[in-house]
Amino acid sequence: MKKIDFEQLKSTPNTETLSILDESGQVVNQDLMPDLSDEELTELFKQMVWSRVLNERSTKLNRQGRLGFFAPTSGEEASQIGSNFAMTTDDFILPAYRDVPQLVQHGLPLYQAFLWSRGHVDGNKYPDNFNAVPPQIIIGAQYVQTAGVALGIKKNDKKTVAYTYTGDGGTSQGDFYEGINFAGAFQAPAIFFVQNNGYAISVPREKQTAAPALSQKAVAAGIPGIQVDGMDALAVYTATKAARDWVAAGNGPVLIETLTYRYGPHTLSGDDPKRYRTSAEVDDWQRKDPLIRMRKYLTDKGIWSTDQEKVWEDEVNKQIDEAIKKTESIAPQKVSDFLKNTFIDTPPTIKAEIDAYTAKESD
Amino acid sequence: MAKLSMVKAITQGLDEEIKRDEKVLVFGEDVGRNGGVFRATDGLQDENGEDRVFDTPLAESGINGLAMGLALEGFRPVPEIQFFGFVFETMDEIAGQISRTGHRMGGSRKMPITIRAPFGGGVHTPELHADSLEGLLAQTPGLRVVIPSGPYDAKGLLASSIRSDDPVVFLEHMKLYRSFKEEIPEDSYTVPLDKADVKREGKDITLVSYGYMVQESLKAADALAKEGIEAEVVDLRTISPLDEETIINSVKKTGRAVLVQEAQNQAGVMGQVASIIAEKAILSLESPIGRVSAPDTPYPFSQAEEIWLPNKDDIIEKAKEIVNY
Ligand SMILES: Cc1ncc(C[n+]2csc(CCOP(=O)(O)OP(=O)(O)O)c2C)c(N)n1
Ligand SMILES: [Mg+2]
Repeated sequence: MKKIDFEQLKSTPNTETLSILDESGQVVNQDLMPDLSDEELTELFKQMVWSRVLNERSTKLNRQGRLGFFAPTSGEEASQIGSNFAMTTDDFILPAYRDVPQLVQHGLPLYQAFLWSRGHVDGNKYPDNFNAVPPQIIIGAQYVQTAGVALGIKKNDKKTVAYTYTGDGGTSQGDFYEGINFAGAFQAPAIFFVQNNGYAISVPREKQTAAPALSQKAVAAGIPGIQVDGMDALAVYTATKAARDWVAAGNGPVLIETLTYRYGPHTLSGDDPKRYRTSAEVDDWQRKDPLIRMRKYLTDKGIWSTDQEKVWEDEVNKQIDEAIKKTESIAPQKVSDFLKNTFIDTPPTIKAEIDAYTAKESD
Repeated sequence: MAKLSMVKAITQGLDEEIKRDEKVLVFGEDVGRNGGVFRATDGLQDENGEDRVFDTPLAESGINGLAMGLALEGFRPVPEIQFFGFVFETMDEIAGQISRTGHRMGGSRKMPITIRAPFGGGVHTPELHADSLEGLLAQTPGLRVVIPSGPYDAKGLLASSIRSDDPVVFLEHMKLYRSFKEEIPEDSYTVPLDKADVKREGKDITLVSYGYMVQESLKAADALAKEGIEAEVVDLRTISPLDEETIINSVKKTGRAVLVQEAQNQAGVMGQVASIIAEKAILSLESPIGRVSAPDTPYPFSQAEEIWLPNKDDIIEKAKEIVNY
């Protein structure tokens, strides 16, 4: 594959998974090497390390009761960070519950992501110029909304794109099909990611669908679909960058399936992966680790070292410490505030409830 | 007899119904090997085989559409919706299709489907998982909405629901799954549908509730008794259609009623209970009907659950206000 031919992919799914760096950090597809400077390459890797550290710290903070909901991301750094790295902050992101790393890289202050995790509304108060919505919980809902944001972008004559994420399980929802079909029908500038980590909680990918690839679902919507090695940040970046250029040029939406894996449990709310997968399988995937191969590639290139990584990890840990401190200093929520946010034009019944709760709250 | 938590009583009940009737099928997201996210179907696939207990693709509308199709082929489906907060995904299959089949086909087809789902709040789930959306379905003709308040009732009501030829939405309060245990007979038994239950007798005031709020009402009744107020606690068990007789008899006896629901106030099930009392027992009332419910906002973020959810103190306060009216 020399150049990604999106026009061709509309009718024919790619039969070979796109990859650039193999497990040992060797370039196996020079033709598709992205045009990234050394600084950009190290920045991409630094964000992946950031995400890995954030995953580990979030897990610990959750165990200590300092964070609430958390969906582990380790193993998915190439897919999450590699894709987001090809976007601009003018693009509009519609993430799912596992896509907090992309959302923060897109501009959400980390302490707000932590507030969201802890179940505090201040985590979801976004400034007007932040092109994002909070992580979606309802599987598939973000896909249909992405078609809408993308159509809005098109009507507003912007040169940006809307992008969204779901998982392998998410492709079974009606909303998934409706979203890609609507975006196709309106030729709207949207990029749909399917992060195929092999499981929807406990249900293996093979049980979701008889389709051999999830990317091929794009064909029915008349839009290009491409399957990418989701443990390879350069492959994910290349596919996304090419897709973004193509989509932003007015050619309609693209669907990208990344083949990846989550090392941890589905979430930290009681999932026990031993019930549905073997540790040998986890080991197999860890050999494909996205950080190992990228680190090897950068080190061989002479632009990264373990010392540098250590310094960076310390800095990330400091950022996390500061963010969690700030999170813990935010005032508790009030029912009267929820009531005030329920309507813009507050009806009399709600006004009465606001008065009653305000009186209680000042007790 | 063994003491079981509500979730274990439900698992045992499902197992018995699967064995009792070969047409019973249990399915949903993660119900197979994983045994459900709350472990309500734990071990059922190993025990009964993948033919009877199986995972579906991830789509709630698909799950209940499958249930309806299977019912048309003579099966007795027991689908699970992983969290009732996701019911909006499948409102058409439940409220638009399954519940109307008897009506649409002039009584020539039945829909013996029991849709199970965890609901309610107070266990710090992420956004959009916890909610009390039962009112949406209580307003739907052709559906029974059944909500147990503890392990014993859960197993017996589940058996009755599965054996019923009408569709049932069976809601399991998440906070009740593991909060206490009750003696559960090994053998299968039923608890009747359409029948409320007096969980505690009293002469001064009636507390009507269902689900987890029954437990809060019982706690409130204990506290009120210490102050000389004898509260009767009525557990609706089937919230739609309502057992009017039990409600009216209790109110006639006590002359006072406080209606307790975890759901938001507007258009809740207790609005219907208030209407029944007003229509059929108003002359027995010695004071206005009192209501305890959640404020009219969407379900709150998890850190604010405690200040948002009604609790025993709210019930005590309201009960005293009504008694001293
Ligand atoms: C509509 C809806 N149904 C069910 C769930 C419960 N649930 C949360 S995550 C999940 C599995 C999702 O799997 P997948 O799409 O593969 O994404 P992953 O979590 O693996 O990233 C399920 C069933 C939900 N959040 N929303
Ligand atoms: Mg998945």
